[in-house]
Amino acid sequence: MSATGMQRFGANLRALPQTLREAVSRTGPPTTDRGRSSFVFSNLFLHLHSVRVHLWTFRWSTTWGLGIAALSAFLVTLVTGILLMFYYKPYPEAAYWSVKDIHFVVPTGKFIRNIHRWAAQVMVFVVFAHMARIFYTASYRKPREFNWVVGMGLLVLTLGLSFTGYLLPWDQLAYWAITIGANIAQSPREITDALGWTSHFDPGGMVKFILLGSEEIGEEALIRFYLLHVMLLPLLLGVLLGVHFWRIRKDGGLARPADADRRVADSPVPVQPVFTDAPRKTYHLAALVRGTSPAVGRAPEKTVPAMPHLFYAELAVFMLTVLVCLALSLVSDAPLKELANPAVPENPAKAPWYFLGLQELVAYSAFMGGMGLPTLVLLGLTLIPLLDRETEGTGEWFGGPGGLPLVLRSAVFGIATVIAIEAVAIRFGWLREWFPDIPQLVVTFVNPGTLLALAYAAYSLLCVKRYDSTRAGALALFTCFLCGFVVLTIVGVHFRGPNWHFFWSPADWPAH
Amino acid sequence: MSQTRPAESVHAAESSRLAPPPVARRDFLGLAALWSAVAALGVAAIGALRLPRAAVVPVPSRKFRVTLPETLAAGEPFSPPGRSVAVFRDASGVWAISTICTHLGCIVKQEGSGFACPCHGSLFKLDGAVTKGPAPKALPWLAVSVAGGGAYMVDESEVVAPGTKVTT
Repeated sequence: MSATGMQRFGANLRALPQTLREAVSRTGPPTTDRGRSSFVFSNLFLHLHSVRVHLWTFRWSTTWGLGIAALSAFLVTLVTGILLMFYYKPYPEAAYWSVKDIHFVVPTGKFIRNIHRWAAQVMVFVVFAHMARIFYTASYRKPREFNWVVGMGLLVLTLGLSFTGYLLPWDQLAYWAITIGANIAQSPREITDALGWTSHFDPGGMVKFILLGSEEIGEEALIRFYLLHVMLLPLLLGVLLGVHFWRIRKDGGLARPADADRRVADSPVPVQPVFTDAPRKTYHLAALVRGTSPAVGRAPEKTVPAMPHLFYAELAVFMLTVLVCLALSLVSDAPLKELANPAVPENPAKAPWYFLGLQELVAYSAFMGGMGLPTLVLLGLTLIPLLDRETEGTGEWFGGPGGLPLVLRSAVFGIATVIAIEAVAIRFGWLREWFPDIPQLVVTFVNPGTLLALAYAAYSLLCVKRYDSTRAGALALFTCFLCGFVVLTIVGVHFRGPNWHFFWSPADWPAH
Repeated sequence: MSQTRPAESVHAAESSRLAPPPVARRDFLGLAALWSAVAALGVAAIGALRLPRAAVVPVPSRKFRVTLPETLAAGEPFSPPGRSVAVFRDASGVWAISTICTHLGCIVKQEGSGFACPCHGSLFKLDGAVTKGPAPKALPWLAVSVAGGGAYMVDESEVVAPGTKVTT
């Protein structure tokens, strides 16, 4: 006689946890290699990973965990940002006071806002570091060129998110940074004015108008920046992130040297010999996968299952990133100045630190420093994998002709040049002071920023010729621009005071 | 369409760039549908892109009334509270200059015998001419008119030629 309905009900109830687990996971427990594999590829979120990961990936010096750290910082800003949206009100009359409420009244509000701000800064820093890592290990090469381009998109979105977030507190810092930003968007007028075209062709004015939704910074501008900050840019970033991660797997995991197999120890976990020297199967599917050497006839001795090894490593980087964000939030509060006052600028009105290098260039020419040169640099960066088609040194730090000595020489050249040009401009002024009636177009095209870029480009071409290698030129150019960026940022952060005058130390600023 | 492939390849072998093979009816319909969809989406996108450019923008009045203090010295700037304008008076008349920096829109302040911008260090003479820094243009002169009762009207939206003064 079979069990009664009540008995079956009781048995189902007891089995509930297990039934639920089985229903969720679709596969059995990840105790065998097969189980671990299906654990990864049958999970919507995990299947962005390969099932097995090369041991080269796990060396700290391969990545320093920077990509995962950037993602972790983004996730932290996402969570804290949603929490801040509970109280933030994007209207000029209310915005400042709602941020003040978050800071002083809302339980844990100040802490959450600090974390949001610090995670954003960590994200910007780590994204730059991640880009430098990819560049110096020559990991952008075939078949990973497109993923480098996607990465450039992510860099722009990261900076855009950071900039749009800057207006939201509606304090003095925010208001004047956005005034400057919006006028940089309008700076093509520097050229159209000089040519007399502005009345019928005014791209600068149009961009500024669309950005602000008005001629001046007001409620339209605030709601637009809010929309960009909490909706449009995060959505785009999410989509591009998906593509970015998916391409890592599709492009064959992280870039590694051709002899990586020999240079890592054998897998610490036992591996099943999947492929033997004499394969008895046919590999139709393997033939469809991109790459020059399908893993036929090669055992996976140098790989480990992603579950759990890779996930533990990723979790460790995530926890470390969160720890850094929390520690910074405990020691330093996010600033909140006085309510925005359109009549009195902050003095000095400084952008966030990662834009201060640009602000330094903007102080020579709004168009060149704010739009011309950044566009050229972004374009140059994007084209790197299409212009350097060599294969030597892929996956190696400073790989390629010239190597580390070339990078060090380029760093010396880059730093010396930027300091020399800055010193001349700070000590003796620039064209406008020497020849007050000089046409603006000359100042726009001949200023410390453009001269610096020209010097770097010339040095890079020299390296291409000398080493007979495009990679050497790329190493020189990237290093020069990185050093120039760092030096200009330091000058902007530390050595510029009221009226953007040069001061050896902020302690020397005149009291006001 | 795959059934028509052999026939097409025969065509391709015989045809040249000057005499391309005729487009099969099904291909034509498929392409027409595809390009119709592309055109429709394009027009829709253009329509949607018009949305962020408002046709009417509410801006506060840029015209204001100002009474100069009796004590204002000849050729010295007077900044009416809440306005980014400097108004001057001397024996030859009254004039006004915008104090919004032509570089990136910060508000310049009088410093010595000129204006200084706090953001990027541009310097201007009291007549608006640039003497230092990144500002690409002189500070614009603004239209002033006599309002009666010793007061003047300044219109921030109307730029006039430098040297334009109004006499009572």
